[in-house]
Amino acid sequence: MIRTTLAALLLSAAAWPAQANKVFISNERGNTVTVLDSETWEVIAEFPAGNRPRGITISPDGTELYVCASDDDTVRVFDPNTYEELHTLPSGPDPELFVLHPSGNPLYIANEDDNLVTVTDVETHQILAEIPVGVEPEGMGISPDGAVVVNTSETTNMAHFIDTQTFEITQNTLVDQRPRFAQFTEDGSLLYVSSEIGGTVSVIDPASGEILHKIVFEVPGVQPELLQPVGVRVTQDGRRVFVALGPSNRVAVIDGETWEVLDYLLVGQRVWQLAFTPDEKFLITTNGNSNDVSIIDVAAEEVILSVPVGQQPWGVVVAPD
Amino acid sequence: MAAAVIRVDYPSLLPISRLDLPTEDLGFAGAELATQDNLTTGQFLGQDYVTQTVAVPPEEAQAAFDRLVAEGTRIVVVQARREELLAFADAAPEGMLLLNARATDEALRSEECRANVLHVAPSDRMMTDALAQFLIWKRWGDWFLIHGSHPEDRALAEAYEASAEKFGARIRETREFADTGGARVADTGHVLVQRQIPVFTQDARRHDVVVAADASDVFAPYLPFQTWDAAPVVGAAGLRPVTWHAAHEAWGATQMQNRFEELAGRPMREEDYLAWLALRVVGESVTRTGSADPQAIRNYALGPDFELAAFKGQPVTFRDWNGQLRQPVLLTDGRITVSVSPQDGFLHEVSPLDTLGLDRPESRCTAFGGGQE
Repeated sequence: MIRTTLAALLLSAAAWPAQANKVFISNERGNTVTVLDSETWEVIAEFPAGNRPRGITISPDGTELYVCASDDDTVRVFDPNTYEELHTLPSGPDPELFVLHPSGNPLYIANEDDNLVTVTDVETHQILAEIPVGVEPEGMGISPDGAVVVNTSETTNMAHFIDTQTFEITQNTLVDQRPRFAQFTEDGSLLYVSSEIGGTVSVIDPASGEILHKIVFEVPGVQPELLQPVGVRVTQDGRRVFVALGPSNRVAVIDGETWEVLDYLLVGQRVWQLAFTPDEKFLITTNGNSNDVSIIDVAAEEVILSVPVGQQPWGVVVAPD
Repeated sequence: MAAAVIRVDYPSLLPISRLDLPTEDLGFAGAELATQDNLTTGQFLGQDYVTQTVAVPPEEAQAAFDRLVAEGTRIVVVQARREELLAFADAAPEGMLLLNARATDEALRSEECRANVLHVAPSDRMMTDALAQFLIWKRWGDWFLIHGSHPEDRALAEAYEASAEKFGARIRETREFADTGGARVADTGHVLVQRQIPVFTQDARRHDVVVAADASDVFAPYLPFQTWDAAPVVGAAGLRPVTWHAAHEAWGATQMQNRFEELAGRPMREEDYLAWLALRVVGESVTRTGSADPQAIRNYALGPDFELAAFKGQPVTFRDWNGQLRQPVLLTDGRITVSVSPQDGFLHEVSPLDTLGLDRPESRCTAFGGGQE
């Protein structure tokens, strides 16, 4: 009996090179956060997260889970282990998406209804700055060195580059219609900005603000209007870019050097946001209309599983190791 | 960038539903929101926007328009009917740009088109085609068409007839609801309506839906639930094709609704949306070209690079052969967005949006250097 248990333990240890991580998914319409286990891909919890939870992120040390409760006009902070709400952070009205400084503080929050980016200290709970940006700010990206925050404004159609020291806008890049997401590469040399209605991803040189290339999408038999890029994630080596294509129900796989689209992976319906596991073995996609998440095997570039979650999954973040 | 919105207020009876009561700021609030949006963008590019608004009765419309011209205004959003719009277009000096944000007449996009008018408002046929596609998708191909007795009602009925023919629906029965005046639901009017409508709709040939062509708000709202046969009502009541409604949420529309309601303190209506759209067409063109010249704006808007996000899930663009804005059409029951046309499977070599309304080969517009080929 004891022998069997030991063998099982050893086996599971062997098949478990990286530890399991918790995956947190915000359910915009269900007002909850669903928790998955990245080893078994089973739902291990679902807890209330305020009204209209959208943007979701976690502190680098894994001790605080941040959720934009858009209709509560606040950021709710949860204990990722007990799922208890620890406190709230002032966010400005209608927080939609945010990005955490690589050091874990502060939080840069897009206030969609007020044309502002709010900077909030997660320790003192004070607002450090409010930066006026374009109409309907949404996408938030931060350079790996933490020097530059990029906000995209959906109706102004710009990527605004904000100096994190002075809170001043240093440059603006006009991109295609309805920019949704901004993502730097790990080395900070490139910035990807998705334009949902324009149907493109702009590859931008963050130093000059110049657009180097526009990635376009084409799937035979799919109306071009449905190929709406939203979430973007880049592998740490910069060689693969994954772009969620909304109502086309596909994730594009892009060569990070040639910017050629290599493949389109069929996922759930209306895919918006993406998150890697820390080991980059898996990419999780939130599928808002099918109420599930798809799990992509990153090396194989294949969808391996879909898991039902709450109502209208919006954002996703994976706890660090 | 100085623009104006001119709204002609025609004398009319109160609407059937008090939810549709006109407001002083109808359309203007949408213009104000667009101007704020344009200004927010403009601050990053050193571009300024000013919009003045004018509301006039029809008899003073031309004088008001002439005053705007005399003051130097060269971009005007027009919320008026065909007659006033054409008079403005023909009186406008060289280089001026008008944006039609109300008139739905087909002729304005065809034989009566004007090179200095861009149509942000969809035409009747775009709306009736949008509804027809949905009915065909539902396989509800047998229609009972009821139209009003005013010329606009008959024109709308003709649009439904053309849409039926285009997409293969059959109009099994047509009746005219005469506007005899005074049929209002106030007090105990509903008692009369409940007796009149079943009789009026009795003994119609077998049909899937009742299509109400009521451009004058005389009878359509009385039809749902009161018809003799248990058929859904579509058109001017029941399931309606609209450019906007206050419950529309998809594609970021929630943000638009929030911003508008904060500004105006009331839900956003079609008139507001169209004024917003017209000034956003102008703003987007100024943003991309860096020019406030009306001709540069017109040329960019009609050119291949123009596209605009309008909370409809795909970019809206212009038909360069008659100046009509291509746009999806919402179908609403008044509570939610039931569907959005064009429907799946309706194909076109240029854009699925061109399955809605007059297509290039049917248009007799020549003012844009093209037209019937």
